[in-house]
Amino acid sequence: MQTALFDHKKALVTVCAWAIGLAIFFPILWTILTGFKTEADAIASPPLFMGFDWTLENYNEVLERSNYFRHFMNSVVISVGSTLLGLLIAIPAAWAMAFVPAKHTKDILMWMLSTKMLPPVGVLIPIYLMFRDGGLLDTRSGLVLVLTMINLPIIIWMLYTYFKEIPGEILEAARMDGATLWSEIVYVLTPMAVPGIASTLLLNVILAWNEAFWTLNLTAAEAAPLTAFIASYSSPEGLFYAKLSAASTMAIAPILIMGWFSQKQLVRGLTFGAVK
Amino acid sequence: MATDHSRIAARLMISPAVLLLLGWMVVPLSMTIYFSFLSYNLLSPGTEEWIGLVNYEFFLTDPAFFAALGNTLLLVGGVLLITIVGGVGLALLLDQPMWGQGIVRILMIAPFFVMPTVSALVWKNMFMNPVNGLFAHLAKFLGVAPFDFLAHAPLFSVVIIVAWQWLPFSTLILLTAMQSLDQEQLEAAKMDGAKKFRRFFHIVLPHLSRAITVVILIQTIFLLSIFAEILVTTNGGPGYASTNITYLVYAQSLLQFDVGGGSAGGIIAVILANIVAVFLMRMIGKNLEA
Repeated sequence: MQTALFDHKKALVTVCAWAIGLAIFFPILWTILTGFKTEADAIASPPLFMGFDWTLENYNEVLERSNYFRHFMNSVVISVGSTLLGLLIAIPAAWAMAFVPAKHTKDILMWMLSTKMLPPVGVLIPIYLMFRDGGLLDTRSGLVLVLTMINLPIIIWMLYTYFKEIPGEILEAARMDGATLWSEIVYVLTPMAVPGIASTLLLNVILAWNEAFWTLNLTAAEAAPLTAFIASYSSPEGLFYAKLSAASTMAIAPILIMGWFSQKQLVRGLTFGAVK
Repeated sequence: MATDHSRIAARLMISPAVLLLLGWMVVPLSMTIYFSFLSYNLLSPGTEEWIGLVNYEFFLTDPAFFAALGNTLLLVGGVLLITIVGGVGLALLLDQPMWGQGIVRILMIAPFFVMPTVSALVWKNMFMNPVNGLFAHLAKFLGVAPFDFLAHAPLFSVVIIVAWQWLPFSTLILLTAMQSLDQEQLEAAKMDGAKKFRRFFHIVLPHLSRAITVVILIQTIFLLSIFAEILVTTNGGPGYASTNITYLVYAQSLLQFDVGGGSAGGIIAVILANIVAVFLMRMIGKNLEA
């Protein structure tokens, strides 16, 4: 009797949770489905859920007509480039703060975090004018620079919280065994730090890929990543639902998959270690 | 343990990050402050002149500013309300034993990874469009007149879109916090005969209060700067009905080329964000000590 009662509750919870989960996911599912419809089927009334003629025509058309590949590569270069550049600057800094803490380490960390709270409109005009005068408007390198600065505080914070968890005693022990500083870094610290660095990389690629203030304001055609490319569908092309859906699906698929792998890091990275 | 030698090395390792962030913060921000005291329009270069606080006066007495300030508060407040209440509910639900919990989590977390321009356009065209949107089909099915969301309730529509994007974030964080709840304490309360909602209000909610505060503060930082969702759906309209401060500053400076006025607006946005930031920094700072 007890077990039957338990299963009853579990079944109810399962049904509720799945219903809500599917409802939340539905706009994404609908977008994916619509991408495989003809334009006529996409606006059919009543709407068609499964019983339509599946077609790849929209994907072909988006890929052919709109320089899709260039925008995709812009997204890749900008998000990966800014993340790698950020890591290059952040790893030594986070490392030093975690292993050689000084009196002001905490203040420096807090100050770095405070730069993240500067609203982008507060610096939009100077950055825009400097980019215009420096020939950086609508270039990949310009966006890499801006996104590096935007995400640098998060990268440093994430790395710091990961490095903090590497116990100092291990270093002591390695030193006792006569390890040199070099072998200490290569054989002891690096293997322990790799998972943290990898999660940081993953989360920051996601954040940079979806960044939609600077990418929209500082690009036109040449360096526009997918965020800006999709924005060009806002009207009237957006009324071609099937094409909009195909383009959208291609823009979100890689990051959706990466995102699912980074759920745990997301909590930690975006709360600056305040919730683990 | 730290020698002088390693201290110097540590300083060298930290300095590039510090200098870059300092430059990023100080240089453009001082330029914005400087511009905000100028009469400066991109269309008439060479005619810049110092006009003191006139830009602030214009910006702060512009009805558009009050509309934008009100919209910003409604947008942030509305999204926070939906994501906190919904997030607590979903975290409670997901914390129960069920079949396929991993998959449900994956479904619920997905919207957070959708880029803002995609989610805004999908909602705008495929759901809220008064002719071909799914809501219009639903209305037709129910026999009521379709509602033109973006024309008649533009701010509400933006709130819905943004809340959809941020609900996964609050759910995930609150669920993480929920899982660190002391189960024995709950069991003990159950033994003592505490009813479900008493257990919720006296044990679960106090335990979550820290995580809720963190969610509120972090979301507020991001929500104050909502931009892309407004740009691709309503362009701030009709009129100023869905213009927030961020969008107003953008329109002033890059659409009307009024650098002076836009800069004054930017500085006001910075001040507003700082008020929130002070609270957030205190929270995180406390945690750093613990």
